[in-house]
Amino acid sequence: MNTDVTVILDNSGIQRAITRIAHEILERNKGVAGVVLLGIKTGGAYLAKTLAAQLERIEGTQIPVGEVDITLYRDDIKEHGVNLEVGKTDIPFSLDGKKAVLVDDVLFTGRTIRAAMDAMMDHGRPDSIQLAVLIDRGHRELPIRADYVGRNVPTSLKENIKVSFDDNNQPIQVLLEK
Amino acid sequence: MATFNHKHIIGLQDFSKEDLELLISTAESMREINNRLIKKVPTLRGKTIINLFYEASTRTRTSFEIAAKRLSADAVNITPSISSATKGETLSDTARNLLAMKPDIIVMRHAVSGAHNFLITKVNCAVVNAGDGAHEHPSQGLLDLLTIKDKFGKLDGLKVAIVGDVTHSRVARSDIFALTKMGSHVYLAGPPTMMPPKVENLGNVAVASSMKEAIQDADVVIMLRIQQERQGKTLMPNTREYSRYFGLNPENLKLAKPDAVVMHPGPINRGVEMSSYVADGDQSHVMKQVENGVAVRMAMLYHVSGGGETE
Repeated sequence: MNTDVTVILDNSGIQRAITRIAHEILERNKGVAGVVLLGIKTGGAYLAKTLAAQLERIEGTQIPVGEVDITLYRDDIKEHGVNLEVGKTDIPFSLDGKKAVLVDDVLFTGRTIRAAMDAMMDHGRPDSIQLAVLIDRGHRELPIRADYVGRNVPTSLKENIKVSFDDNNQPIQVLLEK
Repeated sequence: MATFNHKHIIGLQDFSKEDLELLISTAESMREINNRLIKKVPTLRGKTIINLFYEASTRTRTSFEIAAKRLSADAVNITPSISSATKGETLSDTARNLLAMKPDIIVMRHAVSGAHNFLITKVNCAVVNAGDGAHEHPSQGLLDLLTIKDKFGKLDGLKVAIVGDVTHSRVARSDIFALTKMGSHVYLAGPPTMMPPKVENLGNVAVASSMKEAIQDADVVIMLRIQQERQGKTLMPNTREYSRYFGLNPENLKLAKPDAVVMHPGPINRGVEMSSYVADGDQSHVMKQVENGVAVRMAMLYHVSGGGETE
């Protein structure tokens, strides 16, 4: 069966969404003092870098960016017949007292976010955790919502959302696969 | 995406280059946990790991225990002095009794080569070899790979000298299987009484005629422990003579490359395998080996815990 693919956000759409999210983060946190970004591997980690670059363009100060690999914190590790590869978590700064913005490409069941928050808590005690996602596709299984959303895309469970990146890890487009 | 398709870890001989690369890569990721304030992840919550050690061990047993605990597994240690082995219980009976307690992983060290191949026919949980007789010591082989890779960023094309009692060394065997698969050139040196016949058949391995030849221009020098407990009295006249021909000291270490690393599986017989100047010197990576040991064992426990497909 052929899969039906639709582009729901092109490159300029993604850039506009990230610019808006950057301004919302600045408004909500009254600037970038104490703000750090943490991207969830792998898509979220790429987007966190793009978002940080945008914040730096607006504010003129560098934003600390870290990466979280949630494999060791998954709640479904038993259900995978074979072992998942473990990526490297890299948080080169303390989270104590920070306003940590967690970044992911697609928000779906919320289980990834739960795992990422547990991982963050093992690295320190941030003052607050905020969530920024490029796409919110619904179907939450946990009481989690995003603070910053690029685009809300109602989906059916049979559909799949894919954010594609180029060789420099810059977002290209968002695809909906049926 | 690479996957690990072995239920047990008995020896590195059973593993492909890709298996070894995956284990090393996972260990590199695990290292981050060991360097932070809260050294624990919930990955193996609710899993029970039995450390069954029929031979004396401090480093390896402690390392496996810490690895299990950092992954949130419950680790239980059984040592011969307090177990029923001293009362004459067979390994087969011990295995059946342990199995009744529903462990997920048994980590075993045993004095008999091949004991683990017997154990896996008696239990349905995963088995990890922490050293069997003169056969293999896979966790040591992997942590040696990781320590060398840390230093040089690669394993391919490096000259690695392994010096000492190759015959009785399970470390040497695991190192040889792993290093040759990764493309390193292995040179062995040791008294003829401690060199197994046809050792060249193990792979890309050369037997050097002297220690000098083995360590000349070497990137890595691995010194093996003289295993007083495993060999008879007849293999060498005395430790002083052994040290003169096969001990590592600041003089002969100069034959190796200037940035060569010195490794030893421990415990070191100071003044026999290597002088204290070398053991505590800048080129010694012995403590890095111990540190990497925890990360490597976390990677091993993680990959066998998935109940992966049988090989």
